[in-house]
Amino acid sequence: MEIGLGHYLTLAAILFTLGVLGIFLNRKNVIIILMSIELMLLAVNINLVAFSVFLNDLVGQVFAMFVLTVAAGEAAIGLAILVVYFRSRGSIAVEDINLMKG
Amino acid sequence: MLQALCFYLFAIVTVGSAFMVIAARNPVHSVLFLILAFFSSAGLFVLIGAEFIAMILVIVYVGAVAVLFLFVVMMLDINFVQLRQGFLQYAPIGAIVGIILLVELLMIGASWISEPTFAGSLGAPTPDASLTTNTDALGQLFYTTYVYLFQGAGMILLVAMIGAIVLTHRTRAGVRKQKIADQVHRDRRESIEIRSVEPGQGI
Repeated sequence: MEIGLGHYLTLAAILFTLGVLGIFLNRKNVIIILMSIELMLLAVNINLVAFSVFLNDLVGQVFAMFVLTVAAGEAAIGLAILVVYFRSRGSIAVEDINLMKG
Repeated sequence: MLQALCFYLFAIVTVGSAFMVIAARNPVHSVLFLILAFFSSAGLFVLIGAEFIAMILVIVYVGAVAVLFLFVVMMLDINFVQLRQGFLQYAPIGAIVGIILLVELLMIGASWISEPTFAGSLGAPTPDASLTTNTDALGQLFYTTYVYLFQGAGMILLVAMIGAIVLTHRTRAGVRKQKIADQVHRDRRESIEIRSVEPGQGI
């Protein structure tokens, strides 16, 4: 059978849902939450590249690379904030992060 | 046939390792499963004909982002068992939200049809694969039409790099460092002192 656009979209939907589920399940662990965000961005990239290939338009792949850039920057800044926070508080549990009374 | 086989192999590995990322007990295992998910989705991209994005995925995500995660997980001394408590407490609501989201996404995917006249509105039609490679075609786009956005992406990475350094850098007290400017600017008056010492006495 032929692998079409629907297969890739289904895979991306499952990946995105797993990312959202990861945020819900690991409510205390910021590192796993960041990894779940990476999974969701990966699902978005799969969508973009699949549409780009099946519709014969290269702009989707260009945009996927910009998404990748932002994902890399976000991971670096997020982990830097995490390290600084751990250094000053000695904990990364999400429930302890209430200094700004949000 | 072979293409379908490869697709299902990579897709199952991707979904399985993505599930293990959120379900593994040890965060180090989570990071390693994340790397596996990135690798197998890079395989999917190669399968679909997007080699450049696949290689970028391996280099940037596996080589930089996942290794960064690994460093941070291993450097922080955290009691992960304590952090995992309450995992099952959030499972029901998480499952409900996840199922609703998945059903919604699949419904969109099932009911979606492409506009018949889309072929006239392509931003950058893919050139014939026998004439040029995927990387070449993307490079032609990046350095012509999207050159300002490309530079902007570079600026984002620069700002992220400077931000991460500024955030994590700290000056510790009690560390003796060489200050070359101070050494160079010493002159004779502050380094030598001439005293006349009386015979038989110390200073």
